[in-house]
Amino acid sequence: MIRPLPGWVRGLAITGALLIGLPLLGLMLRVPWLQIPELLSQPAALDALLLSLRTCLASTLLCLLLGLPLALGLSRLRGRWAAAGRALATVPMVLPPVVAGLALLVTLGRRGLIGQVLSLGGIEIGFTTMAVVLAQAFVAMPFLVVAVEGALRSMDPGAELVAATLGAAPTRVLWRVTVPALRPAIISGASLAAARALGEFGATITFAGSLQGSTRTLPLEIYLQREVDTETALALAAVLIGLAVLLVLATGLLGRSRTA
Amino acid sequence: MKRLRRLPVLIAALIVTLAGGCTGANQRQLTVFAAASLTKVFTELGARFEAAHPGVTVQFTFEGSSGLVDQLKGGARADVFASADEKNMTNAATAKLTTGDQVIFARNVLTVVVPPGNPAQITGFDSSLDGSKLVICAPEVPCGSATATLAKHLGVTLKPVSEETKVTDVLGKVTSGEADAGIVYVTDAKGAGDKVETIAIPGADRVVNNYPITVLARAAQPQLAGEFITLVTSPDGQSLLAEAGFLAP
Repeated sequence: MIRPLPGWVRGLAITGALLIGLPLLGLMLRVPWLQIPELLSQPAALDALLLSLRTCLASTLLCLLLGLPLALGLSRLRGRWAAAGRALATVPMVLPPVVAGLALLVTLGRRGLIGQVLSLGGIEIGFTTMAVVLAQAFVAMPFLVVAVEGALRSMDPGAELVAATLGAAPTRVLWRVTVPALRPAIISGASLAAARALGEFGATITFAGSLQGSTRTLPLEIYLQREVDTETALALAAVLIGLAVLLVLATGLLGRSRTA
Repeated sequence: MKRLRRLPVLIAALIVTLAGGCTGANQRQLTVFAAASLTKVFTELGARFEAAHPGVTVQFTFEGSSGLVDQLKGGARADVFASADEKNMTNAATAKLTTGDQVIFARNVLTVVVPPGNPAQITGFDSSLDGSKLVICAPEVPCGSATATLAKHLGVTLKPVSEETKVTDVLGKVTSGEADAGIVYVTDAKGAGDKVETIAIPGADRVVNNYPITVLARAAQPQLAGEFITLVTSPDGQSLLAEAGFLAP
């Protein structure tokens, strides 16, 4: 049954949709669509696109590898500790991107807290593709953690308890009961994290630098092209938006296929 | 219930109050769009201009020159535009944003900067940069195209680890010690004080960046705009620019 919404809610909803939709529409109208195929055959744009895809995949996997355990850990905390832990895990979400980059720089940079130790061992992260992946994971992981932790808190612990009582080891309970139950949250969290990583700009330019093929991702290429030719920048922006939309749609379908 | 219904209206009113800027009705305002490298000198000149013109406030926007041209093309209102290169001034003129009268008021040349102590033992704009972590501007932006031209003139091949979009990003990577060396403008090096060591490039004056300034076509205060440009080109303005490391036009 359809529950009708009050008129004023509908009015505000439409205004909200316009606030998000109009600038995107404006962008789409200005994009030189015919230029895109030619543009994507140019090495600079192609390198940026491939690098973005590569680093985005790597950082999303990193988010899953570390973010899932982190969410599980957070969900076990209670009271004050839970609030503090959750606040800490979401800080990168609200940090201005440049601040995120500076935070990484003073920690992992050559003169940074950990960076100088690594540097003695001959490991320098700055100006490498790894720096891009770390910057993306830093800003994107909170999206996954928040989504999964929220789902964990509202999850009924009954099934986990039953499995444990029946003698399943903790790891087995995790893989057989917890993770399948979290599936939708993991997928939507990972898709948000991937989209955030794809658009990452400030932390990358501050921490990783900008060099074609190794650190200059699509957003950085757009920023650079804007200095030369707004049309090219807009065309690349359309590619980036297209990728992000595909990503979110694909994971949406992925999430539905099993639950349906 | 009734109070709840009014809530969205109250919130809307609150948003308007929070987002609204207040401009004094009786104040005359001069808006200056200037290249980021002019921040220090122009802020000081603005204070002097305000002191000499009671009732006038000078509002600055400092950004990369091409970003400023983009904003002007997008309809931003300003009275004066000072660019860090002639290319962007030409872009603005082509888009009919300027009055056409422009004057070169300063020049800038490139220099090598290294972190204090010069850890990678760079000796200058030469082969000592090979194998070091060198950061320069991308050839798409003014400082980068100047760097590329200079390298060509001096027969040096540069192998940077990063090509930044802004000269301040190059400087930042050197002051943080992340890079071993950077190529920036003399004024940037001077502005960084003792956070960098400067190694002058012999022959750097073969590639000079000219800074043009103009009154904009849509200026609300063309008279004040002209007077501000007069201040910039006056002996007072020129000595401030020289202090910051700029060369005279």
